[in-house]
Amino acid sequence: MVLSHLYFLVIFGFLLTGCIGLLASWIDRKVTARVQYRVGPPILQPFLDIIKLLGKETLMPAGASKVTFFLAPALGVSGVILASTLLWLNVLNTQETFIGDLIVVIYLLTIPSLSLIIGGFASRNPLASLGASREMKLILSYELPFILALLVPVIHSGLTIKLGGILNYQAQNGIILNSVSGFIAWAVVMLCIQAKLGLVPFDIAEAETEITSGPLIEYSGPALALFKLMKSMLLFTLPFFVMIMFLGGLNWEGIHLLWGFLKYIGLVALITVIRNTNPRVRIDHAVRFFWGPMTLLAVLAIFLAVKGY
Amino acid sequence: MDIKTKALLKSPWVFHLSTGSCNNCDIEVLDCLTPRFDIERFGMILAGSIKHADVLLVTGSCNRQSAIRLKRLYEQVSKPVFVVAIGECSLSRGMFIHSYNCPVPLDKIIPVDVYIPGCPPKPEAIIAGVVKMIEKVKAADKAKKK
Repeated sequence: MVLSHLYFLVIFGFLLTGCIGLLASWIDRKVTARVQYRVGPPILQPFLDIIKLLGKETLMPAGASKVTFFLAPALGVSGVILASTLLWLNVLNTQETFIGDLIVVIYLLTIPSLSLIIGGFASRNPLASLGASREMKLILSYELPFILALLVPVIHSGLTIKLGGILNYQAQNGIILNSVSGFIAWAVVMLCIQAKLGLVPFDIAEAETEITSGPLIEYSGPALALFKLMKSMLLFTLPFFVMIMFLGGLNWEGIHLLWGFLKYIGLVALITVIRNTNPRVRIDHAVRFFWGPMTLLAVLAIFLAVKGY
Repeated sequence: MDIKTKALLKSPWVFHLSTGSCNNCDIEVLDCLTPRFDIERFGMILAGSIKHADVLLVTGSCNRQSAIRLKRLYEQVSKPVFVVAIGECSLSRGMFIHSYNCPVPLDKIIPVDVYIPGCPPKPEAIIAGVVKMIEKVKAADKAKKK
């Protein structure tokens, strides 16, 4: 029992998620390059970046807290691994996990952002602290509409808070995106994911041109590689989560697998296009955006879902 | 060549450091990122923080104020790192060679791997210089094996 779960953690949670995530970050960079009429990097570029960073020297800023500084990236990566393992378990067998795993996944998905905050504050750099405090405000702003919008699939599938139950409902009654409330909630979740991934227009915490990559500024070598890996794995885990909640997950039988792949690549491409066609917003604009229109839309979606639309 | 050096040469993240240049070289460096030249083809991206950098692109004539900062920044880069001197000013101080404010050229302050002359050098010249640096590292690696 323990051994089989360890197998899921290593093979699916870490290796498969890491590989697909790094490939997805290549898709992201390539699409960005094509949007800007460039050629873009070769397909193995994200892997090479990680290997190169693993071979570089690790520096620690003077006066920083050593344990916190180096534990933060490990914390972030382990959070993503656990979340993606739970998602994979549900896709492989909808009866596998426990009631309430949706709540656990939502909880685990905030750990990467928390690790960025911890690492930023531990590195004793004013720009990193600035980035970390912005990240904190961003979490406070997007969590509310994110969770409200995720209530819509829960209501549709008869108040089940089990990911497997939501998948089973969609397998029998068609995907949740097809309903009006489902579509509105999906749009809200996509924008929240953009903020969770830290991509433009919500890359306020890491603004490269403004506070030179924020919480990551003092990280170098393997610690930075872990953070890069965490970001790539999030680029797999979050769209995968959206697929499970709104698009019916992944079907393993024959041609359906290809259809699942296309759904995933489509979501990544959509995220990339949003990232490339928008300027960065200010932190107060972001908070107002998420607490104002996004929360209202999410509440409207819940209302419509309760009414049965 | 071990996998570490191989990966380093395939994804050199550049950090762009001006030590008091007139901004012409800096604009030519930024030109390398434009669609016409697109150095991301070779895995190069402009790093925001000096701790992420693998290649330092140094421009300018290293005056008394910036020489101290340059040294401190060089100590902060995670090694291995390559230094590329871009433009006449950082090579030999250019027109400031007799200035009271530019005591020594760049390679007397930090070790330099590649020199790219020009005032300013064309983006093609900068890319060619970086390619030369990569070949130099490869040749040094081969020589070490023998």
